Amino acid sequence: MACRQPLTPVLRRLTRTASSEIGRHSSKSQQALLRTTIRCLSTSQPRPLRQTPSRRTAQAKDEFTSTKYPEIQRDERFARLTPEHVAHFRHLLGDNAVIDGVTSPSAAIDDDLAPFNSDWMRKYRGHTQLVLKPATTTEVSQVLAYCNEHLLAVVPQGGNTGLVGGSVPVFDEIVLSLSRMNAILSFDPVSGVLVAEAGVILEAADTYLASAASPHIFPLDLGAKGSCQLGGNLSTNAGGLRLLRYGSLHGTVLGLEAVLPSGLVVDDLCTLRKNNTGYDLKHLFIGAEGTLGAITKVAIHCPRRPAAQNVALLGLPSYEHCRRAFSEAKAQLSEILSAFELMDAGSQALVTQVTGNTHPLADGGGPHPFYCLVETSGSNAEHDSEKLGAFLESVLDSGIVADGTLAADETQARTLWAWREGITEALGHLGGVYKYDVSIPLADMYALVEATRARVAEAGLIGEGDEFPVRAVVGYGHMGDANLHLNVATRRFDERVEGVLEPFVYEWIQERQGSISAEHGLGLAKKKYIGYSRNETMVGLMKQIKGLYDPNGIMNPYKYI
Amino acid sequence: MSALRILVPIKRVIDYAVKVRVNKAQTGVETAGVKHSINPFDDLSVEEATLIREEKLGRRAPGGVEEICAFSAGPPKAQEILRTALARGADRAIHVELKEGEDLEPLSVAKLLKAVVEQQKSNLVILGKQSIDDDANQTGQMLAGLLGWPQATQACKIEFGEADAVSVTQEIDGGTQTVRAKLPMVITTDLRLNEPRFATLPKIMKAKKMPLEKKTLADYGVSGEKRLKVLKVIEPPPRQGGGKVENVDGLISKLKELGAI
Ligand SMILES: Cc1cc2nc3c(=O)[nH]c(=O)nc-3n(C[C@H](O)[C@H](O)[C@H](O)COP(=O)(O)OP(=O)(O)OC[C@H]3O[C@@H](n4cnc5c(N)ncnc54)[C@H](O)[C@@H]3O)c2cc1C
Repeated sequence: MACRQPLTPVLRRLTRTASSEIGRHSSKSQQALLRTTIRCLSTSQPRPLRQTPSRRTAQAKDEFTSTKYPEIQRDERFARLTPEHVAHFRHLLGDNAVIDGVTSPSAAIDDDLAPFNSDWMRKYRGHTQLVLKPATTTEVSQVLAYCNEHLLAVVPQGGNTGLVGGSVPVFDEIVLSLSRMNAILSFDPVSGVLVAEAGVILEAADTYLASAASPHIFPLDLGAKGSCQLGGNLSTNAGGLRLLRYGSLHGTVLGLEAVLPSGLVVDDLCTLRKNNTGYDLKHLFIGAEGTLGAITKVAIHCPRRPAAQNVALLGLPSYEHCRRAFSEAKAQLSEILSAFELMDAGSQALVTQVTGNTHPLADGGGPHPFYCLVETSGSNAEHDSEKLGAFLESVLDSGIVADGTLAADETQARTLWAWREGITEALGHLGGVYKYDVSIPLADMYALVEATRARVAEAGLIGEGDEFPVRAVVGYGHMGDANLHLNVATRRFDERVEGVLEPFVYEWIQERQGSISAEHGLGLAKKKYIGYSRNETMVGLMKQIKGLYDPNGIMNPYKYI
Repeated sequence: MSALRILVPIKRVIDYAVKVRVNKAQTGVETAGVKHSINPFDDLSVEEATLIREEKLGRRAPGGVEEICAFSAGPPKAQEILRTALARGADRAIHVELKEGEDLEPLSVAKLLKAVVEQQKSNLVILGKQSIDDDANQTGQMLAGLLGWPQATQACKIEFGEADAVSVTQEIDGGTQTVRAKLPMVITTDLRLNEPRFATLPKIMKAKKMPLEKKTLADYGVSGEKRLKVLKVIEPPPRQGGGKVENVDGLISKLKELGAI
């Protein structure tokens, strides 16, 4: 077996592309992306997405949120941090758990604070001067109780991969990082229940489950798995790539432990699948985006890891064909269908542009207007292959699919996935992106992209040359969940673009009873627009809950509702 | 120049991306329920043969490619990789069926391939430099020896010239070396040779319906007898986990403790 480790076909493939690419463009950003791609494909170790340094080509770089959105004012009820406060935290948590820019500010400390102040998209930047990294639930409780008493605002932060600006402070809120609470507490291979601390990185949890004597799988998977944390996943109620198969976190999370701003520990770490005893309060924390309290522990139901997985990539002539393919996939693959993802030609062209890799379907008469990635997961490889083979044959014969390919090995399967999972990152490398993560009944889903593209074109904002602020309007997403990611990739910040997009996009969605935020949440970015998807009564009830759990409003202020 | 009749021997092995585990009896690795695929080096052979046929460039075979024949000796499921080879460009496929778990030593494979070459009248054999299951790196060399043909191992570039000349650039320690020989010859592939493609669906479907020639070892007069007996297979020792230090002072005292400074 000596050769298995040194031999890395994918790595080789990508590094080779990398070197030729670098030869041509010699840009740091491209090297960085290629490095990330390599990392993403060749290792299952947690990989810090944040270390891609180049994402900010076009947009107003690293501008403070407070400068960019002057209409948001600091709430002067909140106290300003003093060295006395910090001394208390140091005493509570120890020096190593505190990044302190209050007592003796310096450029070096600012560098340490920077990653906690800027979000993944580099769209939002806060002014925090203090990061606290508690190691236990008790410490979290002590910190929050103190903050509540002294009216110090707090932003809980996980892997900081959230896409709506919810994970970073706006002003001087304290960042409460859960990253040191990263222990896996227990796993029962019979029931499949995993109990872990909130700071465990998603990929680490999945790797742990994969290597268990009876391999299991984490019921959530998403492109940011190498950085995002379980607490962050719950707080955003992340959906991800396999919701189609394993359902939402509202179904898989069995229990959790959270700390309220008062310091009260909500111990609802139930590991039972059934427990109909009273209001099921854990659901309030799932998707609360840190506005009610800090999640510290999670109990989640994990399925057996499928022994056999197959991945196919299809090229299709129209969105209507994608719908028919999805319908056929449900009918013919039924219980083994584990993902059905949609990508339009524009999104694939951008990934090609950024990575310099050849698209897997480039040979077969591509590019096609649409691509669908189909994944099956099952327990019997032969059974699955037979079913998938019959499905592929039928969609090809009936003309639903123009072309496609089937991964012949695991490396190819990962490569195919990279063309879907790499879109978010590739877009980020090209400049600022307006992101809309929406849910629309399937029949109309892609029409939003077409309508938006037409509107941007009408305004004369989109084109090939540098004079056009918009590079492309693309759509991709979790077709199986009727969840579309509408992304408008820009070359630079231009306020006309925002004017054309909003409120147009939201109104379009409202007319069709869609959701303006399907899985990324509200954060700062979507706070204003909740009214398009929830009526006044609902928002009113939500505000009552917020007032009850966080009467002083110290938890993640300026955001959510 | 002669038209090429290329033989591409391929092997089904545990997928490169799968973490292998030693079985309880310590007689080998766990194979049941584990994903298998084509040996990655053989993937390169299949691709190269197809590229030689496709590329109309002057550097590619002036005599053209008459036939690409994929060959595998392996369990019934080895058919899957033969079908993939057909989908990717092979014209024919021959399967010598072995029983599940039956394994051939490199010399037996070389003898078998010699018989196939003679039967198929192949004049070029492109095979992986080694298969990632037992890493022998011997089959190509033994085959060349048995046939009395020139061999070029670890190829990262193959070019064809006039009068049956073939130049092969080989990966060697810290660089490359280019050699030239005349057909017929044996070439083994190395990682940088090419980038295997994805087979398109219509071709995958077509390949499913193509006939596979089924043969047995006896058809080629090879016995498959073993000269080596595996006594024991063990996992590499687990990596020692690292420790965390609290601060710079901690690091320094740790390094001192270890005698590193
Ligand atoms: C490349 C990429 C792909 C993505 N793909 C998907 C996808 O397919 N599906 C999807 O749903 N999302 C996706 N996302 C966004 C997704 O919301 C996050 O990646 C993830 O769920 C957030 O986890 P995190 O640990 O990074 O949380 P953070 O970004 O740190 O925080 C997110 C929110 O949760 C709060 N929070 C974090 N931890 C806690 C805690 N312990 N207690 C209380 N509140 C907390 C924060 O205050 C913030 O409001 C993607 C993001 C990226 C960058």
